[in-house]
Amino acid sequence: MEIFWSIVLVFMLTMFILLDGADMGAGIIHLFVAKNEDEKQRIIRAIGPFWDGNEVWLIAAGGVMFFAFPTLYASAFSGFYLPLIMVLWLLIFRAIGLEFRNLVANNLWKTAWDKAFGWASLLLTVFLGAALGNVVRGVNLGMVANGEAQHEAIYFFNPLWNDNFSPLNDHPGILDWFTVILSLVAAVTLTIHGAHWIIFKTQSSLNQRLKKLVVRLNGVLALLVILSLFAWLVVRPDALDNYYQHPWLWIFPLLMLLALGVMFRVPALKKDWQPFAVSSLFIISAFGSTAGALFPNLLPSRNNHFPSLTIYNASADAYGLEVGLIWWLIALVLVAAYFFYVHKIFAGKMDDVEYH
Amino acid sequence: MEDLILYHRLQFAFTISFHYLFPQLTMGLSALIVWFKWRYIRTGDELYNRSSLFWAKIFAVNFVLGVVTGIPMEFQFGTNWAKFSELTGNIIGQTLAMEGMFSFFLESTFLGLFLFAEKKLSPKMHFLMAFLVFAGTQASGLFIIATHSWMQHPVGYEILENGTFVLKNFSALFANSWLWPSYLHNQMASMVTSAFVMSGVGAFYMLNKNNSDFAKLFLKTGVVTGLVSSTLVIVPFGDMLAQQVARHQPITLSAMEGLFKTQEGAPMVLIGQPNMHTRTIDNKIELPYALSLLTYKRWNAHVKGLDAYDEADWPTNVPALYYAYHIMVGLGTIFLALMGLATYFLRKKRLFEKERLLWALLLAVPFPYIANLAGWYTAELGRQPWLVYGLLRTVDGVSATVSAGNTLFTLLGFIGLYFLLGVFFLLLVGKIIKEGPARHSG
Repeated sequence: MEIFWSIVLVFMLTMFILLDGADMGAGIIHLFVAKNEDEKQRIIRAIGPFWDGNEVWLIAAGGVMFFAFPTLYASAFSGFYLPLIMVLWLLIFRAIGLEFRNLVANNLWKTAWDKAFGWASLLLTVFLGAALGNVVRGVNLGMVANGEAQHEAIYFFNPLWNDNFSPLNDHPGILDWFTVILSLVAAVTLTIHGAHWIIFKTQSSLNQRLKKLVVRLNGVLALLVILSLFAWLVVRPDALDNYYQHPWLWIFPLLMLLALGVMFRVPALKKDWQPFAVSSLFIISAFGSTAGALFPNLLPSRNNHFPSLTIYNASADAYGLEVGLIWWLIALVLVAAYFFYVHKIFAGKMDDVEYH
Repeated sequence: MEDLILYHRLQFAFTISFHYLFPQLTMGLSALIVWFKWRYIRTGDELYNRSSLFWAKIFAVNFVLGVVTGIPMEFQFGTNWAKFSELTGNIIGQTLAMEGMFSFFLESTFLGLFLFAEKKLSPKMHFLMAFLVFAGTQASGLFIIATHSWMQHPVGYEILENGTFVLKNFSALFANSWLWPSYLHNQMASMVTSAFVMSGVGAFYMLNKNNSDFAKLFLKTGVVTGLVSSTLVIVPFGDMLAQQVARHQPITLSAMEGLFKTQEGAPMVLIGQPNMHTRTIDNKIELPYALSLLTYKRWNAHVKGLDAYDEADWPTNVPALYYAYHIMVGLGTIFLALMGLATYFLRKKRLFEKERLLWALLLAVPFPYIANLAGWYTAELGRQPWLVYGLLRTVDGVSATVSAGNTLFTLLGFIGLYFLLGVFFLLLVGKIIKEGPARHSG
């Protein structure tokens, strides 16, 4: 049961990044690449009807974490207090930037909300990367200092950064050189992914520029991925243990490399949905690789005093998990139905979808 | 520790109060949009279609603000009330996760379709989209109030040795005797807000002498809905909920009513200020025997006052609870009278000329919002000093690692940000109302 719910949690977070990550990437493209009102409007049409539903994956994943792994929810949400509240603020700016811009026909108004939407999107990708970095690196559970715990075994509080900016510090912060590398990986990955969504759903001169851009960004991404793998091994020397024990897990990093390779060939791909499919594969396999390395940990401990939070010691009582299984599966079927319906109605290019 | 609790509580109170300005309109308004859309399908009258699209535009602005201010609510269980989440997540996490899976996907997907796909869909399908958005908002309210009801009146649980609450009976969460009175009371209250907003906009156009066809439709719809909902919110639903409070939280009832002394034939205080030093009500105007009669349906029933209970179990802030309750009840009574009068003149076909009554309807718009919030304060202040009534105290549920300084920082951030949102919200809704429904042809 715990294994099932941990897969559900990873699945829902992956869906969030796949879908809403593309919206954030589109926001970054909107900020830096779109040149005029026409291009900006096309980008907004391509994500307008979807972003809200996409964001629900995050909320629903939070809900599943709450009832299936209440200990993890309590520990991580209070421990990552500051960045999480900032993520909330950014989500607010992103949403109202997107929704308010077209409500008043005034250039200053539009410019202001465009900036809010774009910068909030960019910072969100940075925070999401840092979040992943923090989970992979682990935290000082129980706030152990000089061999003594200052809090209960599952609680901690991460500052935004510590003095030497190092992940190997006793009290690591949210941002250190390791998590910053992952922030960059996330920002570049989602920019590419967002560009692919725009290529998929719109049709204009912007798309040709984007195809050239993603090839260059992909070069940066390849370097960052290699760098992050080495950094990972420095921060967590045990990172590959699961891979040695279960060699089938290598399928995830291999798929990741394959997707990364194909992304260099984006301009040559015939169909406009193909780039998006490739970057989706990259994101899914990246999540698979990470989950494979972490399993069964959910939040590793960085001290010897307290054990890591795992899917076993952080999960809820069995009865609750069993009932949850029934309603969750029913809900998933419904969600899948809505998803297919909305994407059927808005199938293909969306350049002339009407805004009310 | 006291600062810590104070800031954590203030942040939750502030963010939830601001958040609830939006769903209380969208839950009721979505029903009225569905109604207009339905009338359009039946009559083919473009007036109804334009009305539904006009209100959908106001709905959309409210909905976005409801969504973005709602996400912090779910997060704050974990960020600010971590110990509470750890201990009860197995139970309240269920209903909160169900809200995400069953209602948020529903309303967000179909609102996108309702707003963007009118041209791609037949009128009937477009009506269905509106209906599904309505269903999503109602489901959302249900899951939230199921969660709330479990905290007020915990059922279907077992407490383990380490203090963790585990779920033993899933269906008990939805069969909770507290749930249905609360839910229906709350949904009716949100209908009251929507009715007042609609009739207020109608009155505005009427007094301004523009959009008069729409003004008449909005006034008619708002006033009739307003009378029905202002009645139902009190009888039977408000009364049913009061029975639950009397039964499961008698201390709360005593504090709400400002009844310090246990007595037979207890009076009901209409106006007055609780004095916590003398434990009496200053400057009071009261209705003799009314509290006994309303609570136990007998003139001289014995009603326990606060003096019958250990002070440690009294609601933390008795005067605030007393005022919240009295403001809600007082406003509710005025709403009923105002909508009753308006309906009377509507039937006499004289409402549209009654300038003073139209002014009253226009100026009344903010008050259902105040009444709705006061109702929620009554519920929440009444539950104090407990998070889970009688079982887990508020002081024992807080995030101990998040210091008072950090919480104050984020609280100030929320205040600044929400102030900004409030300004833009008023600006945009004002603009939509000023442009009027005529411009929004299909």
